[in-house]
Amino acid sequence: MEGILKEIHWGKEISVQQYHQPLSIPEALDMLARYDGKARIIAGGTDVIPLLRQGDLLADALIDITRLPQMNKVEADGGSICLGGLVTHAQVCSSALIRERAGFLAEAAGTVGSPQIRNVATVAGNLISGQPAADTSIPLLALNAKVKIISRAGEREIPLTQFFLGQGQTALDCSREILTQIRFPALQKNQGGCFLRLGMRKALALPILVLATVVTIDPGKKTIKDAAIAIGPVAPTPFRALKTEAKLRGAPISRGSLEMAAQSAFEEANPRSSLLRGSLGYRKEMVKVFVKRGLSRALANAGAVVTEEV
Amino acid sequence: MEMKSQKIQPNLLLVDLLRDVLNLKGTKVGCREGECGVCTVLVNGEPVNSCILPAMKVSGQSVTTIEGLSKEDELDPIQEAFVDAGAIQCGFCTPAMVLTAKALLEKNPHPDESQIRQSLSGVLCRCTGYSKIVKAVQNASLNRKS
Repeated sequence: MEGILKEIHWGKEISVQQYHQPLSIPEALDMLARYDGKARIIAGGTDVIPLLRQGDLLADALIDITRLPQMNKVEADGGSICLGGLVTHAQVCSSALIRERAGFLAEAAGTVGSPQIRNVATVAGNLISGQPAADTSIPLLALNAKVKIISRAGEREIPLTQFFLGQGQTALDCSREILTQIRFPALQKNQGGCFLRLGMRKALALPILVLATVVTIDPGKKTIKDAAIAIGPVAPTPFRALKTEAKLRGAPISRGSLEMAAQSAFEEANPRSSLLRGSLGYRKEMVKVFVKRGLSRALANAGAVVTEEV
Repeated sequence: MEMKSQKIQPNLLLVDLLRDVLNLKGTKVGCREGECGVCTVLVNGEPVNSCILPAMKVSGQSVTTIEGLSKEDELDPIQEAFVDAGAIQCGFCTPAMVLTAKALLEKNPHPDESQIRQSLSGVLCRCTGYSKIVKAVQNASLNRKS
């Protein structure tokens, strides 16, 4: 009985000996260096704390970065939108700028966890958790977002396409580096975006399938100039359907093109079976449905009308 | 109540600070992983899950628990509305439901039903008494002097 009780994480204490709240980035980086890999960054903590309690993450110290200045802003910078590393899902969801210039990202941020989670959980944290169907990773991947990462060695900016390395793994070393900014181009007039999510219920449910797409159309509104399609979980990382995107480039805005893209993405996607969140077969069929539905809504948002095949 | 400067363990979570250190048992513990929402308290007026929030995070911040709503013998109007609508079955999720409703009505005194359901979506009621809970929030909203 005692053994069983020990297995239950409910009452488990978190094995952290120190909790620091640095007030500047250099101070935070110095602290990380001092612990030499044994400290872990915490922001909202909605992933870190459950992981610590379950024993899936071990850390001697937590370095809470939520008091760092200037990192909680949503800002326009020319044609780009910048999210500070501490911007929460609730902030993205209610930001007038994002609603206007990348509305589907605001929608996506509004589906994460629950209001309580969204009030503290950061978008940067959603990326860093490295889950293949993270609700904001998928739209940010479709938006060709880049992330800025700082360490004692300096600052680097890398595209999200190179950020996700495997399930739960990213290019960021959480014990030495801090993600300071997420940047992506705002949607232009000839672009449209769409976010779709399939879950067991409307709140507090992990996704069965998530898709985000951004389409760019020609001025005559007859041809697809470009399309970005991000889907999860259909691979160990958030997935871009690059083969399908290539086939859509230059394709006419027609039902036929949508059918073609759906079939292509169906072949490209490689989901796993999950007892709780849908079988492989179901997920693959739903990829088809989501690609068609997502593209058609994104095209409508770009101001195009999908015609029957000519 | 104002908590004077006090040393706490660095691994202490807010819910344990409230229940075990300050002996405020109104905040409940359910899943301890941020799923069920019964541990909800307001930090600077916003609902958060206190079971996954390090207590250190609230130093210098304002925390509202269910104990902070009533004044002496007088219930908060939202609590009254819950009682009047029979929006309480086992009562376990009630503090969290009342506090999220409080946060909603402070920001948006006259929400529609979907806004109410959206704001309460982070607290699970396993008696499934949602209809009466929504009704209670609607009544509380109607009773407010706008």
